[in-house]
Amino acid sequence: MPKNEVIERLDLDRYKYDFRTEDMPVFRTEPGLSEDVVRAISRYKEEPDWMLEFRLKAYGLYMKKPMPEWGADLSQLGDVLDQIYYYVRPQDRMKHSWQDVPDNIKDTFQKLGIPEAEQKVLAGVGAQYESEMVYHSLKKEWESKGVIFDSIEDGLKKHPELFRDHFATVVPPADNKFAALNSAVWSGGSFVYIPKGVHLETPLQAYFRVNQERMGQFERTLIIADEGSRAHYIEGCTAPVYSTESFHSGVIEIVVAKDARFRYTTIQNWSRNMYNLVTQRALVRDGATMEWLDGNLGSKATMKYPSCYLVGEGAHGSILSIAYASNGQHQDTGGKVVHAAPRTTSTIVSKSISRGTGRASYRGLCKVYEGSTASRSNVECDALLINETARTDTYPYIEIGERSANVGHEATVSKIGEEQLFYLMSRGMSEDEAMAMIVRGFIEPIAKELPLEYAVELNRLIELEMEGSVG
Amino acid sequence: MSDTTILSIENLHVKVADEGLAILKGVDLTLPGGEVHAVMGPNGSGKSTLAKVLTGHPGYEVVAGTVVFDGRDLLELEPNERACAGIFLAFQYPVEIPGVSIANFLRTAMQSRLVEGEELDLFDFQDLLLDRMNLLDMDVSFAERPVNDGFSGGEKKRNEILQMAVLKPRLALMDETDSGLDIDALKVVAHGVNTLRCEDPTMSVLLITHYQRMLDYIRPDVVHVMVDGRIVRSGGPDVAVRLEEEGYAMLREADARTVVQM
Ligand SMILES: Nc1ncnc2c1ncn2[C@@H]1O[C@H](COP(=O)(O)OP(=O)(O)OP(=O)(O)O)[C@@H](O)[C@H]1O
Ligand SMILES: [Mg+2]
Repeated sequence: MPKNEVIERLDLDRYKYDFRTEDMPVFRTEPGLSEDVVRAISRYKEEPDWMLEFRLKAYGLYMKKPMPEWGADLSQLGDVLDQIYYYVRPQDRMKHSWQDVPDNIKDTFQKLGIPEAEQKVLAGVGAQYESEMVYHSLKKEWESKGVIFDSIEDGLKKHPELFRDHFATVVPPADNKFAALNSAVWSGGSFVYIPKGVHLETPLQAYFRVNQERMGQFERTLIIADEGSRAHYIEGCTAPVYSTESFHSGVIEIVVAKDARFRYTTIQNWSRNMYNLVTQRALVRDGATMEWLDGNLGSKATMKYPSCYLVGEGAHGSILSIAYASNGQHQDTGGKVVHAAPRTTSTIVSKSISRGTGRASYRGLCKVYEGSTASRSNVECDALLINETARTDTYPYIEIGERSANVGHEATVSKIGEEQLFYLMSRGMSEDEAMAMIVRGFIEPIAKELPLEYAVELNRLIELEMEGSVG
Repeated sequence: MSDTTILSIENLHVKVADEGLAILKGVDLTLPGGEVHAVMGPNGSGKSTLAKVLTGHPGYEVVAGTVVFDGRDLLELEPNERACAGIFLAFQYPVEIPGVSIANFLRTAMQSRLVEGEELDLFDFQDLLLDRMNLLDMDVSFAERPVNDGFSGGEKKRNEILQMAVLKPRLALMDETDSGLDIDALKVVAHGVNTLRCEDPTMSVLLITHYQRMLDYIRPDVVHVMVDGRIVRSGGPDVAVRLEEEGYAMLREADARTVVQM
């Protein structure tokens, strides 16, 4: 193949546009939040009036709603929220340099064997171009099938009706304080539409959508999986993500239409100064299946409960989650399932590991409305404590309004036992290796559901975490 | 102590860590390389404790005595260092490790025996594992099952010997491997152990058992009898035969006499 043809196929011209953004003036709002800030965001994004009104209304709700007094300790969050910039254009956001990235994070990158270019992206000091090649060819395939995979901003611009029909229908601003905040200042995230009957083999990865506000603080993702479609969406990464920002509050809304099947995988490993408060919810219609696969490894405090609202007959929801809480971390995670139609089924499997002064809480809701006949739900949460100081708690809320429903809940707490450690060490493994092996085995039922590269990286990460955890 | 001695235990006193309870009260035992010694004795006499102390279990504290393994002070070493030095314990009650496959488990154990920077050849390992599963008449599907999780009692015991056959110790401590095995399985396991001994004639075995049956297949050079934390009698295979016939009552008269010295 002649050289120029190769180049043409790679469509390198696109890079001109990518680089052009550097010439644009810096745009960011003043620190702190006000109505003016909300207006400025909307104006900057050239949004239709309805969206500005939506944002302003949400802003009002946010101001009225009190801070949650349950879950993670948010007493310091008020100060954080007064100081942050609510909107910074992404190309202006890369303020810090590689030198500013903490050594321990660089060290972890090294040990995980992450290529240099990718390290820079994860550390927020570089944009990634390699993966764009892959993305570009996949994009052609998706386009030919009518799949939409855009930034949320482009979704609103290019598909205004589809967008408006579904936006905020699954997570209304009034849902909770942080959903209201996100609704007021959202920026970045994905807009996805899978047409009727389309099956996608390759997962859609948020990672591919480079340079498009993908790591926004107030990301907002809207996904519509139309009737009979099948797809898998992956977001986040196992490697630590360094950010100078300390607050992340996303909203993920998913509509799973009749007989569709959708899986959303997310792994979060924010640096440990981050408050991570995310609302993830799916509306699941007749015969459809929604699967959340959720891993929370990083951050200072996470509150995240992926939910499935099973509103159609025979709908199924599944939530698998792993939480890892190390020194100073609190992972308050779990899941919610709401059964609002007959013969709906759900499973929640939650595994948490706490170590040092870390605390992992499982918080789960299972609600079965009257009339959801012959529905079944099963919840299993297992906690593993690495040492004496670590903490775990379980807060299951079960509300059953239907007599024929069958709801099971099982919770276990285990400590890494002396006998288990001794058994492994008697085979030659060091104490750290033995720990890591037990932890890996513990999360295996969930890790095996992850895409291979994620599972491998997760395992290596656990090994690193277990180094020196003994004693 | 001759040059070929692999294990030499002298006046070993052991108590439960953090408690006063004394369990071993002066154990003396010398095991020449390549020999098979059986340890018999009533329930609760301290046989498993001896095996675990030799392996480095943190729940026990050595109060007095010495243990020399292969010319080294064994008591100085961590359990994993002992394993790498060539000690292997086939547990009386193997522990379950959910979510960790046998293949993965053994691969990690093999890898940890290599010096830093050296990588285990995965193809060699695969071949070895298959060969050993074959030797022990195990279905290959076992390699992917989580270690001991959901195993029957006999399967757990066989899995212990599989590990031993893969890791090829210099000194194998077998704690009641026979209990829980059916008659056919016992033969298979014994054949496995004997095969290992043929492959490496210097490998030694300390075999804890209650029954003569195991000793029909793995012939001991010496039989020790442990009572209340001490070896009270040591002799040839006939000791085991007599025990089988007469029970521990035979020791009452023996107690009166002096303990037979090696
Ligand atoms: N960690 C421990 N804490 C308290 N007591 C212990 C502990 N370990 C062993 N013992 C006690 O020490 C004694 C010897 O136990 P051990 O398991 O060594 O006996 P054994 O000879 O192997 O018996 P068996 O033939 O029944 O297997 C028993 O009385 C047992 O209860
Ligand atoms: Mg015993």
